[in-house]
Amino acid sequence: MDAYNPRDWSTQPAYLSPEYKSTPLRAPTRALIPLKQTLSELTGPVYGHESVGELDADLTRNGRKAGEPQGERIIVTGRVLDENGRPVPDALVEVWQCNAAGRYIHAADQHDAPLDPNFFGGGRCVSDAEGRYKFMSIKPGAYPWPNHHNAWRPAHIHFSLFGPSFLTRLVTQMYFPGDPLLALDPIYNATPAGSRELLVSTFSIDVTQPGYALGYVFDIVLRGRDATPMER
Amino acid sequence: MALKQTPSQTVGPYFAYGLTPEQYGYSMTSIASGAMRQPDTEGERIRIEGRVFDGAGNTVVDAMIEIWQADSQGRYAHPADPRGSNARFKGFGRMGTGTDPEHRFIFDTIKPGRVDATQAPHINVVVFMRGLLLHAYTRIYFADEAAANAADPVLQSVPAERRDTLIAKREGDSYRFDIHMQGERETVFFDA
Repeated sequence: MDAYNPRDWSTQPAYLSPEYKSTPLRAPTRALIPLKQTLSELTGPVYGHESVGELDADLTRNGRKAGEPQGERIIVTGRVLDENGRPVPDALVEVWQCNAAGRYIHAADQHDAPLDPNFFGGGRCVSDAEGRYKFMSIKPGAYPWPNHHNAWRPAHIHFSLFGPSFLTRLVTQMYFPGDPLLALDPIYNATPAGSRELLVSTFSIDVTQPGYALGYVFDIVLRGRDATPMER
Repeated sequence: MALKQTPSQTVGPYFAYGLTPEQYGYSMTSIASGAMRQPDTEGERIRIEGRVFDGAGNTVVDAMIEIWQADSQGRYAHPADPRGSNARFKGFGRMGTGTDPEHRFIFDTIKPGRVDATQAPHINVVVFMRGLLLHAYTRIYFADEAAANAADPVLQSVPAERRDTLIAKREGDSYRFDIHMQGERETVFFDA
């Protein structure tokens, strides 16, 4: 079997990013040891369309108790691709986010903003034959965090993907265009300039559903394989 | 290559209701947990447990560990396994460290067989946590496989004085595998 391309370190954040104050005690300090890819790396957990439920991809409905959640309805869609631009079908995409007020349903979130009884904030879907995925949701709010004085996270949605092998595993965050907090965010800025912009979704009037919800597009590129020697 | 890899970002402190909801008592179903075997799964029943330590020696209470392993015959439940996928044992476990009183991750699984002629039995691991901007790859080997471990090409590629960080020790009915992010016993992480 063909090996997967290596992680492209030029697009990835460094483990140690001191401005993000949780990294200094948690970043590995020793050089990573190269691992020749074996069947253990070329395989990975398989979660297909049978693993998601009907409402899992609609965060405006899957947490309802007695009505609609508060906030600005959004559609988030895009394609899961490999580095050669080929679609990655049947990829499980898991998401989680805070509500419109910037509050997570997680018990550890103590931010003094209201929970929304009709919003849960977690969801998942599986990409189609063209690699396309789609979520309905509520635009998440910004929220303060204790990293430094007056620190606020830009609005974001957490994404988790498997792709076809354990090596294509990816956990990331999607941001929104034009957010003034991006320039101040140490997590976003831990990724090198020229690559961090890949984490920002684009607004799309074509995806926007008239009279109902604004559309955002976020394509996700996983490690590919079959690179030619010239490309390597 | 035409497209750049999407950058990784930290899983953050609030992954539990999205990725491990049942374990943490949220209403959504989980796709995976630490209970990896069924009553009819073939193989030696084992428990693997451990904790995650930061550079100050403190237990990390908001880490998420995922493991991926072969069945007792060394087969992966994946179409790329040339011996045929074993659909009866999925081989994937996921657990956060925030619910156990000692902040352990605990996987009830079966001992994997050898996946090829050269590698010793092992389990593939990825580590996520707040403060870790991209996940870290490591492997679990077994202390009672000394002969196979001595011939394993991956273990042999690791400096001898650090190999021990990859070997789970038998303690009673469990294998213990602690993960140290830093320090003298820093776990070996791979550029996989």
